Amino acid sequence: MEARVQGCVTCHGQSGQGTNSGYYPRIAGKPAGYLYNQLVAFRDGTRNYAPMNYLVAYLPDAYLREMAEHYAKLRPPFAQRVQGNADPAMLARGQSLVTSGDPQKGIPACAACHGAGLVGMEPGIPGLVGLRPNYIAGQLTSWKVGERRAAAPDCMKRVVTRMSDADIAAVSTWLGRQEAPKDPSPESANLVRMPFACGSQR
Amino acid sequence: MRLVTKVAIACVVLAVLAVAVVSWMLPGALPSKPREAGAPNAATPLTGAPKAVTQLIEKGEYLARAGDCVACHTNPEGKQFAGGRPMPTPFGALYAPNITADEETGIGAWTADEFYRMMHSGVSRDGSLLYPAMPFASYTKVTRADSDAIYAYLMSVQPVKQKNRPHELKFPFNKRELLLGWRALYFKEGEFVSDPKQSEQWNRGAYLVEGLGHCAMCHTAINALGGTKESKEFEGGMIPNQNWYAPSLTSNREAGLGNWDIKHIADLLQVGVSDRATVYGPMAEVVYNSLQYLSDADAEAMAVYLKTLPKRDAEAPPTSQARLVEPAVMESGRKIYEKQCAVCHGAEGKGQPPAYPPLAGNQSITMASPVNSIRMVLNGGYPPGTRKNPRPHGMPPFSHILSDEEVAAVVTYIRVAWENSGTPVVPAQASELRKLLPE
Repeated sequence: MEARVQGCVTCHGQSGQGTNSGYYPRIAGKPAGYLYNQLVAFRDGTRNYAPMNYLVAYLPDAYLREMAEHYAKLRPPFAQRVQGNADPAMLARGQSLVTSGDPQKGIPACAACHGAGLVGMEPGIPGLVGLRPNYIAGQLTSWKVGERRAAAPDCMKRVVTRMSDADIAAVSTWLGRQEAPKDPSPESANLVRMPFACGSQR
Repeated sequence: MRLVTKVAIACVVLAVLAVAVVSWMLPGALPSKPREAGAPNAATPLTGAPKAVTQLIEKGEYLARAGDCVACHTNPEGKQFAGGRPMPTPFGALYAPNITADEETGIGAWTADEFYRMMHSGVSRDGSLLYPAMPFASYTKVTRADSDAIYAYLMSVQPVKQKNRPHELKFPFNKRELLLGWRALYFKEGEFVSDPKQSEQWNRGAYLVEGLGHCAMCHTAINALGGTKESKEFEGGMIPNQNWYAPSLTSNREAGLGNWDIKHIADLLQVGVSDRATVYGPMAEVVYNSLQYLSDADAEAMAVYLKTLPKRDAEAPPTSQARLVEPAVMESGRKIYEKQCAVCHGAEGKGQPPAYPPLAGNQSITMASPVNSIRMVLNGGYPPGTRKNPRPHGMPPFSHILSDEEVAAVVTYIRVAWENSGTPVVPAQASELRKLLPE
């Protein structure tokens, strides 16, 4: 299988760990259901990113499933987390949103769905550790403006419409600075009751 | 009367005359023929024993795939054959219509006669002329029996109520009357005629390539009026708005298949990969939606016909153009090749077919237009996942790793190394193609 997915490696790394160049996310270890949903969405044009739309345009479901399962099993080391100075108030706001949410604004904690260790939840919720701040901010923003969407009911859309641009920046910045988890495997499905119903968890 | 007034009056008279002539020349709706009681109805081939109907519908499904109807008439997010897919052209955007059996918004109310006239003559049910984005210039070769089978199949699919989206064409291309001129210049109506000097297999291949396959739509250059010249048939050209180069099928310097094995040609069409080359881009779409479903016999028949297309190249075989390349560029290209490409394509460019295509001796690398090679280096690509190759090997993009100079150097290298007879490319060519979105 590794030979067949060489089409992915210049952006996502030889083992799906991501690469240093900018924006491309780590895909290794994300739940297979999540990765499969993304591949199908790229193929069918419901998620827009031209280089991905082009690459998977003519690949059948079964093969996309196999690719997803391949990367879901991999556990390469995590990249260096982001270092350097950041506004302490911003980091505090980020940490608070990720771990506790904002009851005033009706924002649930990221950890409520993405797992206490932020490593994701089977079958459809991705881990957030190991992603770069500009990737996370980019995804949240495109969700907010309606460019990115998930299976209905789109819980992520409900969450992000309650977040300000400053909230998005705070969450992304804080997440990019977290240490690699000891066990990067996603949590099992339905260990907890999720605050919003999610189409991708059905 | 002043001259200006005279001229103005003359213009108005001419315009009125022209409108009169044009409306006289435009076809109308087909007259509806009242059918005598008990007479067989040619307009509804769906009569007959259930088994015969099933066979007809299955034949129609097969032929509809050979014609790749689904590619244009289905929106990626939409229902099959419900239309709405935008087709960007140099003249504006066309939106393929709904061809499901819905009586109000699709073709459910059409008769088989009307469907055949559309396929054969490019005239819609109401008499309006079709834009040649619908490949009726090819479909005109389809037999009445095959048209009836496709009709029967389309009548049998799930009707979808979805209104057609109006085309968004620039003036004057939004005037359908102008199509009379286009048709006079570029459209030759007529079913396929077998060549008795050729085998039955060759004729079957020719029928599929020239008719339902509508290969000429891309593999014949399109001029500023959106027309193709018969004399230039299959000689290749840039595909408008997609910016891939559809290579010539008549030159062994491009995609001419004169020195290919029949098996390799049939594999390329039906499997998407072969020992000689691999399909990407628009041709991957054709294989994915259409050609992979052909029977082995039909794929082979097309291969037999395609192999006979190339003219005998009179000139001496081309030689390596490596002497045209600056040594520093050649060395840079070689280094990039060794680092990024050789792991799959091999130090000598032999590849590991069919997983990784060969680059040495590969006509699509050496042909005059370097567009496809540059695009592959920039954007990578996956061949289509097909019934005979459901898990294809892919090539990654390098646009974010290599500069324009590096792309030009490595493409130049593969075009001239190993006795390849291509010509050097310059960074500006990579720069131009980098601006396009991959598709």
